[in-house]
Amino acid sequence: MNVLDVQDLKKHFPIRAGILRREIARVRAVDGVSFHIAEGETLALVGESGCGKTTVSRCILRAMPVTSGAIRFAADGGGQVDLARLSKRQMRPLRRHIQMIFQDPYSSLNPRMMVGDIIAEPLKVNGVSAAERRDRVLELLDLVQMPPGARTRFPHAFSGGQRQRVGIARALALNPRLIVADEPVSALDVSVQAQIINLLLDLQDRLGLSMLFVAHDLSVVRHVSDRVAVMYVGRMVEVAPTDALYRAPLHPYTEALLAAVPAPDPMRRGRRQVAQGEVADPAKPPTGCAFHPRCPHAVERCRVERPELRPAAEGRYVSCHRAEELDLVGVR
Amino acid sequence: MASVTRQTPMVERVALAIRDLAVQFESEQGVVRALDGVSFDLHAGRTLGIVGESGCGKSVTARSILRLVDRPGRITAGRMLLDPGAEGEVDLAALDPESRRMRGVRGGRIGLIFQEPMTALSVHYTIGNQIIEAVRQHADCSAAEARNRAVDLLRDVGIPRPETRLRAYPFELSGGLRQRVGIAMALAGDPDIVIADEPTTALDVTTQAQILDLLRRLQAEKQIALMLITHDMGVIAEMADEVAVMYLGRIVEFAPVADVFSAPRHPYARALLRAVPSILAAPRQRLSTIGGAVPHPGSRPSGCPFHPRCAEIIGDICRQQIPAPVEPGRAGASCFLTEPGRERAA
Amino acid sequence: MSATAEARFAEATQLQLTWWRFRRHKLAVASLFVIALFYLIAIFADFLAATDPHATDARRSFIPPQGIHFFDDSGFNPHVYGLRGVRDPRTFQLTYAPDPARKLPVRLFVRGFTYDLFGLIETDIHLFGVVGGRPGESAFLLGTDQLGRDLFSRLMVATRISLVIGLAGVTLSLFLGVLLGGISGLYGGWVDTLIQRLIELLRSVPTIPLWMGLAAALPRTWSVLQVYFAITLIISLIGWTELARVVRGRFLALREEDFVIAAELSGASQGRIIFRHMLPSFASHIIAATSLALPAMIISETSLSFLGLGLRPPAISWGILLQDAQNIQVLANAPWLLMPAIPVTLIILAFNFFGDGLRDAADPYG
Repeated sequence: MNVLDVQDLKKHFPIRAGILRREIARVRAVDGVSFHIAEGETLALVGESGCGKTTVSRCILRAMPVTSGAIRFAADGGGQVDLARLSKRQMRPLRRHIQMIFQDPYSSLNPRMMVGDIIAEPLKVNGVSAAERRDRVLELLDLVQMPPGARTRFPHAFSGGQRQRVGIARALALNPRLIVADEPVSALDVSVQAQIINLLLDLQDRLGLSMLFVAHDLSVVRHVSDRVAVMYVGRMVEVAPTDALYRAPLHPYTEALLAAVPAPDPMRRGRRQVAQGEVADPAKPPTGCAFHPRCPHAVERCRVERPELRPAAEGRYVSCHRAEELDLVGVR
Repeated sequence: MASVTRQTPMVERVALAIRDLAVQFESEQGVVRALDGVSFDLHAGRTLGIVGESGCGKSVTARSILRLVDRPGRITAGRMLLDPGAEGEVDLAALDPESRRMRGVRGGRIGLIFQEPMTALSVHYTIGNQIIEAVRQHADCSAAEARNRAVDLLRDVGIPRPETRLRAYPFELSGGLRQRVGIAMALAGDPDIVIADEPTTALDVTTQAQILDLLRRLQAEKQIALMLITHDMGVIAEMADEVAVMYLGRIVEFAPVADVFSAPRHPYARALLRAVPSILAAPRQRLSTIGGAVPHPGSRPSGCPFHPRCAEIIGDICRQQIPAPVEPGRAGASCFLTEPGRERAA
Repeated sequence: MSATAEARFAEATQLQLTWWRFRRHKLAVASLFVIALFYLIAIFADFLAATDPHATDARRSFIPPQGIHFFDDSGFNPHVYGLRGVRDPRTFQLTYAPDPARKLPVRLFVRGFTYDLFGLIETDIHLFGVVGGRPGESAFLLGTDQLGRDLFSRLMVATRISLVIGLAGVTLSLFLGVLLGGISGLYGGWVDTLIQRLIELLRSVPTIPLWMGLAAALPRTWSVLQVYFAITLIISLIGWTELARVVRGRFLALREEDFVIAAELSGASQGRIIFRHMLPSFASHIIAATSLALPAMIISETSLSFLGLGLRPPAISWGILLQDAQNIQVLANAPWLLMPAIPVTLIILAFNFFGDGLRDAADPYG
């Protein structure tokens, strides 16, 4: 069963002007996005700035109201509940099931609380007794490979990597059904980044985590995700199992994205095709396929008709009119 | 492709020679040695990649060369020779940072590209104003000439419709265009040395690729000595001719780029390369890690600064003695393992 | 850093870290001592007063400050000389000359006028005083005023009233500021707009005329105590606006902080988020803002009373003491009456240095 089913999610931000605050335009930050996350699966949401990946994650966390669409989340007792329709008050009891790992390990921990209290806070809020909290904190510290003595120390005593471990322990405290990780390693040094990636892989194996992994770094994504969803200007362009997507992308944007990543191998230098132009402005996206002005394969149809996300081979989805005819290059 | 396998000896003119550079920051908590005897050469038309994690001193190196180290930091030792051996040789370390001479070097001989171009640009003036101003600071020319030069610069860095862009304010541009303007600013004084401090870190990946291509093209056209500072091994692999790997204020390895990636000499370089996530990874592939974290430069370990995290430590010598620094101009590592007559511990 | 120092640092609370940083500001630490000294004076004002600050005596008006002599022929024997009134033969003005023949011994813990220590314990013990003098005689360290009241004793009592009025005013401002600033920052929208416009309106009214108007509106028949409270209210009416702005700004900044969002996502209630996560994060900012607001309060009271619009005699405050120094003729004859300006300046500088130091220590990056 799926932990999360997102159907045609839309989030529009109105641009208002004048004394009457009339809406003069709207930014379609997320404009009809559908995907699902299966139990125990990590789905990576990738794309460049302004593609809407962060907005999608904030909508799922209900940190902001949703314009339209459904966010069906596995509820207690086997059914599904649509988070998009819940009020703030109705959302509160469900919060414990969706937790978040933050990007910045410095601002995500309250500097005035001891590490033990930070990890115990979600437990305390949800009415876990003091004795149980203590045991659980020790268990969690062990899980993220931190010494038990960290409990009585304050965040300022720890490095970025250790703080990120604390943040992960806090996210795991309530045994959530879904974890939203927002660029959890992008603020870390390379050597520390590797430690956290390995930790996430361990936790996926040991706890069977279901995770939405929001990231821009396609290298990191290749290590940690089972499936990848690529976004461009508020829409999903391709969803596929990780390995398939990297080896043989179906959407020209995915191809361009993969080609742009500099591989840590000087022998591959100069082999890549760099996509021209810039990411489109979500306030005035191009007609038809939003990628068409940059796409080397675009035809007239791409300029006028907007492609919908449709199933392609073995568990893959793509929104490109020409997906079947093109022979795109991945990385291997 | 060809540039990678280029193993020709470095015959190009040395534009800048750094020797035994040391920078300290003095605070009430004690003395922090941000740079501890750094030596390297920048050659005309070549790219030196400087790579390292936070606190390794790569940005301090850039700021020292431009004499932009602010108090309480100061250069305590070393020389920075512009045009070494030539008639007009200047030691930048001996100049007054505020002097006319140094101001002429900044921008005129050495251009700087920032991570966030907005730090180099003022929000109050159009980019035209700022580039023309920068051009006129380093060249004695009329306003009209400066304007033409600014248009040329913007065209050079691949900005479409440069004449109209002159009237734009920096905040009206996208991140990629802003970085192009930042590069145009750095080139306004026609420098022969350019320092790029994480020039693509703040950019999206497709934009990053465009900017890297641009830098490479400009360097080839103008025979610039490029010092590229980054934490990204991919960018190094893509761009550098030679690589200096830094750790806690020291260069621990210096070598041609192909060497560094195929046969790294220093254990830190070896470990760092294995820790880099790769776009070519197998599904759910784990990375090898370096234990611990980079120590604060203020609590530098004794002996070899990398020894507490080193997987290849050979004994007390690593704990007690500091290995000799890398000799400038020659590939090598600052490690006891690479000293002649020493075997690698099993 | 040694291992124990490191552990100490690791387990230090933000309060301790703030204190460690604060200790480095020498001027701020010195100011803290000055402030503490002043509040000690405020607490023990009656005990420190050698003479009843309200007692008038026409025969001892305008006595210049008297020095204490610590030694005489018989060794250590602190004393002041008795005074002899001399009428100037030309101006017929009475001046005082010390009479070395009559020594008035000065002793510690002597009995004097009765007062209530802390408002509870009735006692007549004072820190020092003369023993065995004629009625009306005492040690006038800072001289006397026109009505023959001991300036030193009055200054002690004035310190209490001026400091307490400042503290009360700031407490009231703090309450209003945190409440309205908090509402403004938390709820935003039209509530925020309304409160912000109100603040701007209040701040755009010139302060002195506003106070004058309000103070003049106080009924003359009100008792000293009623006036006292009314004045506190009036001066805190403006004071809260600055604090409200600080609080609102902090709330707006903190609302976006990841750790606050994390608390929200764990299902914490609004109250818990505010009191457990947000308020502690800017408590030190509030303290700093408060200590920077206090001098303004003290100055306000002093200026109002000086202008005759604030407290009225028989109440004693710094402003009322300085009111006596308004007359140029009085000043020419008795320059010591200007003395109360010194503690006013001192405490205001101290509060400013202290507040600056604390602000830097609380937020080293801000």
